[in-house]
Formats: sequence, C-alpha cells, structure tokens
Amino acid sequence: MTLRDASLRGAPQRPSRGHGVAALYAGNARSVVGRGLLATRSTNWIVVLTGFVEPIFYLLSLGVGLGAYVGTVQDAAGNDIPYAAYIAPALLAVSAMNGAIYDSTWNVFFKLNYQKTYEGMLTTSLGPFDVALGEIVLALLRGGAYGLGFLLVMQAAGLNLAWTAVFALPAVLVVAFGFASLGMGITSYLKTFQQMDWITFFLLPMFLLSATFYPLAVYPEPVQWAVMALPLWHGVELVRGLTTGVLGPAMLVHLAYYAVMIAVGLAFTTRRLRALFLD
Amino acid sequence: MPSTPVIVAADLVKKYGDFAAVDGLSFEVAPGESFGLLGPNGAGKSTTMRMVGAVSTRTSGSLAILGLDPNRSGPEIRSRLGVVPQADNLDNELRVRDNLIVYGRYFGLPLRHLRRRADELLEFAQLADRAGSKVDDLSGGMKRRLTIARALINDPRILLLDEPTTGLDPQARHILWDRLFRLKEQGTTLVLTTHYMDEAEQLCDRLIVVDKGRIMAEGSPAALIREHSTREVLEVRFGSERNAGAAADLEGIGRLEVLPDRVLVYADSGEAALEEVTRRGLQPMTSLVRRSSLEDVFLRLTGRSLIE
Amino acid sequence: MSAPAADPAVLIDPARIRRFGALYVLEHQIRVMRNYRSSIVATAIGTPFIYLFAFGIGIGTLVSANAGRVDGVDYLTFVAPALICMSVVGIAAMEFTYPIMLGFKWNPTFVGMNAAPLSARQIVDGVVLFVALRMAIPAVAYYVVMALFGAAPSAWGAGVVVTSVLAGLAIGTPIMAYAASITEDKGQFAVIGRVIVLPLTLFSGTMFPLEQLPWFLQWIGWLSPVWHGTELGRQLTYGATEPIWLTVIHVGYLVVLAIVGWRLTVRVATRRLDR
Repeated sequence: MTLRDASLRGAPQRPSRGHGVAALYAGNARSVVGRGLLATRSTNWIVVLTGFVEPIFYLLSLGVGLGAYVGTVQDAAGNDIPYAAYIAPALLAVSAMNGAIYDSTWNVFFKLNYQKTYEGMLTTSLGPFDVALGEIVLALLRGGAYGLGFLLVMQAAGLNLAWTAVFALPAVLVVAFGFASLGMGITSYLKTFQQMDWITFFLLPMFLLSATFYPLAVYPEPVQWAVMALPLWHGVELVRGLTTGVLGPAMLVHLAYYAVMIAVGLAFTTRRLRALFLD
Repeated sequence: MPSTPVIVAADLVKKYGDFAAVDGLSFEVAPGESFGLLGPNGAGKSTTMRMVGAVSTRTSGSLAILGLDPNRSGPEIRSRLGVVPQADNLDNELRVRDNLIVYGRYFGLPLRHLRRRADELLEFAQLADRAGSKVDDLSGGMKRRLTIARALINDPRILLLDEPTTGLDPQARHILWDRLFRLKEQGTTLVLTTHYMDEAEQLCDRLIVVDKGRIMAEGSPAALIREHSTREVLEVRFGSERNAGAAADLEGIGRLEVLPDRVLVYADSGEAALEEVTRRGLQPMTSLVRRSSLEDVFLRLTGRSLIE
Repeated sequence: MSAPAADPAVLIDPARIRRFGALYVLEHQIRVMRNYRSSIVATAIGTPFIYLFAFGIGIGTLVSANAGRVDGVDYLTFVAPALICMSVVGIAAMEFTYPIMLGFKWNPTFVGMNAAPLSARQIVDGVVLFVALRMAIPAVAYYVVMALFGAAPSAWGAGVVVTSVLAGLAIGTPIMAYAASITEDKGQFAVIGRVIVLPLTLFSGTMFPLEQLPWFLQWIGWLSPVWHGTELGRQLTYGATEPIWLTVIHVGYLVVLAIVGWRLTVRVATRRLDR
C-alpha cells in the first residue's frame, strides 16, 4: 500500500520508530500548529467572522424572546436568575463543543481521506502524537477566539453574574479540548459521508437535553442520571457555575470528568493515527 | 461509399466575450469515419466538441449533426450521441454497473434492456469483475473505460471522445486504443480530440490540425506527413548551449528546425543526412533517425510544439 | 460486442425524454439517496422525538409554570408546528446547497446528464422534485410523532406536512439559484446558513410569538418563509385563527418565492451548462 511505502521512505529521518514515547512524539507539535496558522492565511475571513454571530443569534432569540415566557430559572444554589443568564453559559459551552467537533471531525475527515495531510506529515520526523496535539491546539485557538467574543457579548448584556466569569474562558477551552481529543480518534474510523451523518445524529440529543435550555429537574430521576453521564452536561454546568458565581465541589467533579476524557481521547487518537499510518 | 455526412460544420465560431475560442471551422464527417481534431491545449478542440455534442450554443456559422440543428434539436441529437468528456463525470456515489444503468435511464430506456446492455458493455470495457465496485476505487484507465461504456449505453450513431487518453499511463492507453479500434472496426463513427500525434495516427482515418481556433491543415495522417514533411527526420543534439551555433553549419542538408534541446533535419534519407553532417566535421553528442510524424507537421505549420 | 436484441434506436423516443426527463433525474437522486437511507430514517424518526421532548416537555414545563398557555394552547402544541417547519427548512438548506455544488463541480453529474438528452430545466426540475420528496418523508414522520405527543389536535393536522414542505421550497429554491452560480467554494454555504437561514429561523415566531420580539427585529419574521409556513401550520394543527387576508399573504408569499427561486435556478443552470 502507498501508506506503508510512504512511512517506510520516511523511516531513516525519524529519531526512533520502535516502541515507547519517542516513536509517537517528536516534541514538535508546534510545527503542525505552524502549518495550520499558515493555512489560515487562505481562510475566508467572512466565514470566521460569521462564526461569532451564530451563538449571539441564539442568545438574542431564546434569551430575549423565549425568556419573556420562561421568566426566571433557578441556578444551582436555588437563586432565581434571568433565563438569558441561564442559557448564555450553556450556549458558550455548546459552541465550544460544536467548534471542537467540527474541527476534529469534518476538518480531520477531509485531511485524512482527501487532502492526505497527515500522511505527508507522518513521513517526516513528526509522530502521531505531534499531529494529534497540533491539530487540537489549532482547534483550541479558534475555539478560544469564539469563546472570548461571546463572553464579551455576555458581559455587555449583563449576563455575567459574578467575577468568576473570567475563568469561563479557560473552562471553555477545557471543554473544547475534551471533545476535540475524542472526536479526532472517532473520525479516524469513518470512511464515508454517510457515516459522518451519524455524528450529527448522536450529538443532537446531547445538545438539547444536557440542561442547556432548562434545568434537569424537569426530567424523572433515571433520565437525570443518564444526562449527567454525558460530557456536555458537565461542560455546561462547569461554565454556568463560573458565569453565575455558584461554585462548589461539583465543579471539581466536572473538571475531573474532562481530565479523564482528555487523557483517554489523546491516548485513543494517538493509537489510531499510529495504527493507520505507522503499523 | 461515403453517404450523407453525419456532421457538417461551416464557418463555426464560438466567442467568449471578445475571445474567439473557435474561429471559423469548416469540416464534414462521414458515417463510419474516424475523425480527429489534433492541436495543442487551448486550440478550441473541446469547445468544438461541446458544440458538436449539442451542449454549447454556437456564436455563428452553421452546424448540422445527423441532419439536425443543435440549437433547435439538442435533445434529439444528444439522444443519438455518445460522449466521453475530458474530465470524468461518473457518479461517485453509485457503483460501477449502476452508473451505466442510471445513465441509460436518461435516454428513457427501459430497465430490463439496460440491465442486459450494462452487462454486455462491462464485458466490452473489461470491467465485468468490477461491476459492484465503487467508482472511486477504479484506476484512471478503468474509469475512462467505464465512461466509454457509459457513452455506448444508447448505441450512439456517433461517439465523441475529448482527449480520451490524457492522463493515462502507457499501458492503460494501449488497452483503451484497442477498445476504440474495435469500435472503429464495427463501424462506429468516432470523433476525437487529442494532442498526442501517436494517438491521432493510430485512430484517425482523417483529421484536422487546429491551432488558435482555426484549421491549419486537413487530410489523412499519411497524406499530411507527405504534404508537410519529409519521409525521415534526423535529430541531432550538440548540448544545450551549442545547438543554435551548430545550426549554421548544417545549412543546406535539409530544412532545419532548431529546438532548445536539439536540431531537427528534414530529409528523405536520414542516414544520408547524418553522413553529410559527419562529413562536415560536426560531432553531435547524440543522433537519431526516425520517420516523420504529425508532430513535425504541426511544427512546420505553426512553428510550435504540440505539447508545450 | 454482440448486438442487443431490441434496437435502442427504436426504444429511444425524444418526445418521451422531453416529457419525462425530470423524472429520470428524480430516479437518479433516489438511487443515490439509498446510500444514506439508514441515517435518513434514524434522523427522520429520532429528531421529532428529541425536539418535541426538549421543547414541548422541557421548555414547556418552564413556560407553563411562568406564563401558562401561549396563543390559547399549551406550549407543546404551540411550538410543534414551528419545530416541524424548522426541521424541514434545515433539510432544504442542506439539500439545496452542497449537492448542487457537487453536481456542477465536485462530481459533475449534471454535466453528464446534460450531455445525455436532458436539458438544464429538466435537471433542475428533477432536483427540486427530489428535495421536495426528501423533505416530505421526514415531515410525515414528524407529523406522526407530533400526533403521538398529542401536539396536533386538529383533524386538519396532516396539512402541516404540505405547508412545511412549501416553506422549505420557498427558502430553498432561491438558495439553490445562488448555489448553482457558485464556481468556487469559499465557505459561502456556511455564511448563508449563519447569517440568512439561522436568523430567518430564530426570529420568526417559532419558539415564541413574533410580537414578543422587539419591533426592530420583527421584520425578519415577516420576510421569513419559516414564519409564514409556521403560521399556516398552526392553523392546521390546532386551529389558530388569523384574518383571511393574512393567510392569503402567507400562501402567496411562499408560492411566489418558491417559483421565482425555481425559475431563476433554471436560468442560471441553463447558462452554466451552455459553455
């Protein structure tokens, strides 16, 4: 196969292609990031800019329009807060998830199957972990920019209820990191557009049901437990806790959830890239 | 012998804005004939093919395909043509055999007929074992053969082939030529464009040499070579810096063409010309005697190479 | 090659091709769709359950606790015709963009159809027919789930399938005309989705009555096929009332938009294929 030939040709330049970390990681993820930044030069900036307005439209429509019908919602501490302040952090977490998923699925899908970007990268001294980490960092840079933009809008609209909202930005990056690291590994299994459709199919219920638009209390208890197992719920609660200023030990649980998700995701993705290109 | 021509073009012109891609072509194609348009990229060959294929409206001039005017009877004409475009437009989302059947449906042909016809054509295109494959998994040569099979699904009166072997490796080209030659033997009218002289010599009974939208010459490959070139050509190389200088010393042996990498000497006997070269004390690094080809005809007519 | 038993020259009938060409294109699209059937079926059945549950039950609980009924009915009934319309419009925004670009450029099957006897008009007609079908199938599933949720009490409820598909065509065919004119993908479809389709969906009296929006945003709803389609759907599913002239405007606006976009696409495609 051509893949195999390509990796063999590159072999002499690689530090060591045996076992252990060196085979996976050349400590050079920044060169992958550099390529990505260079590639953004050819970006259509209108597309990037319109990415900022998407969550703002949602906030305006649901927060203002629907908010009038919903009135106030109770936060985690039992205080009544405006509906807009309730959904804004959720929209922030969702946009982090969507951005990370887009970057790590569709984007990666094209690079894997059509542009053969990774194939080229792995014929150099780069290892699969460099590639995975580099791509994820790029996704986080974009996600961070969008997150910051939305946080500023929230601030202007008075929806940041506590000073701890400044920590919502790193929290958003953690959420994006979690989804990106896992998404890339999953995408590596997908070969056709039909299969890509299924990603959307599975994300939709998570998006709608994870206490994004209304509190979990609406559900019967077993459903509540099921939702609490989903990653987006932890992300929403984490960000919401910070923007509303309701902190507690639960925040550590959310963070731990993402720490595990990131570690598992990275290990999984690296293994997959290695299996695809180097074994 | 040649009855009513199946294609008659007179003063055919196609302009894009001020640019005339096709600038007054006149030609006829007889039934059963294999007719070629030879010329470099951008000569207006593909534009001519699209007009003949009744998918491009001419700017002026007259054109009759099977006695019909493409401006008025596009669908009628197209229902009797087979088209192999330059860029494959097979449906990547359908399997190999389904590509043939779906295409046949565009002609309103019944499924029962198409299923049998598709199998025959896959056999002809040597793709029977790939009937259930995805199009994406085929090689370039296989895709082109499938496109030809698809073009035959309606048993066309005329088969149009635009650069049929461009981008294929030599082996795939020969397989394709063999298939086209069979069609020719069966009496299918072939119209093809190419910028490969060997392809034109292999497949065409008659051809027009086209450059910048105009006809430079017309005739059978042999007649064109006889008329515009000598029987043989001597190619001599003196090294890239010295070809032009050596040319002065070659004057009088035969007509000369000085190319960047070599000098061409046109003579009826290449061997005799080479003897004369050495007699004059010139020592080329390499020398080669070959028969004249359409490439030489084109060079003579335009002063340029076919493939740039 | 052996000669086939029946002579195709006899079988090929240009008059029949002129009459049925669009249906041959439809047939092609349906064959291609079969590759996607499992995800289409799963989405068609799963989506209404999720949305009706999340909005009707989830947000509905909040709304009824605070504001009670909306437009005289419970929130689930109020929002259901909007959700089906939004879902169908989402399919339109998808099917009238990338597949059009695909057919003209990435995998130019439209060029192939045109080299066969089909005209640009028949190709466009066939694609529009296909997308209408592609919208109608999930819309029927949506309606059935709505009925299961008790969110379409009126006997005329099934008509919401027709009004939603009409709204999908009204928003979709003008986008299709634009998609047919694009030669280079620079992310235009993402931009259209975000700055045209999304606001037309969110600010169109879908999840709350249009009057609830500040006056400077209400005009978006008046322009939006989603609003016109949803208002029609509400009359059918729970008997919402409005002046007859407004109903005429809803229907007229959607029909005119759909036809203008459709005809425009035919023009653009004719010019594009005749190079």
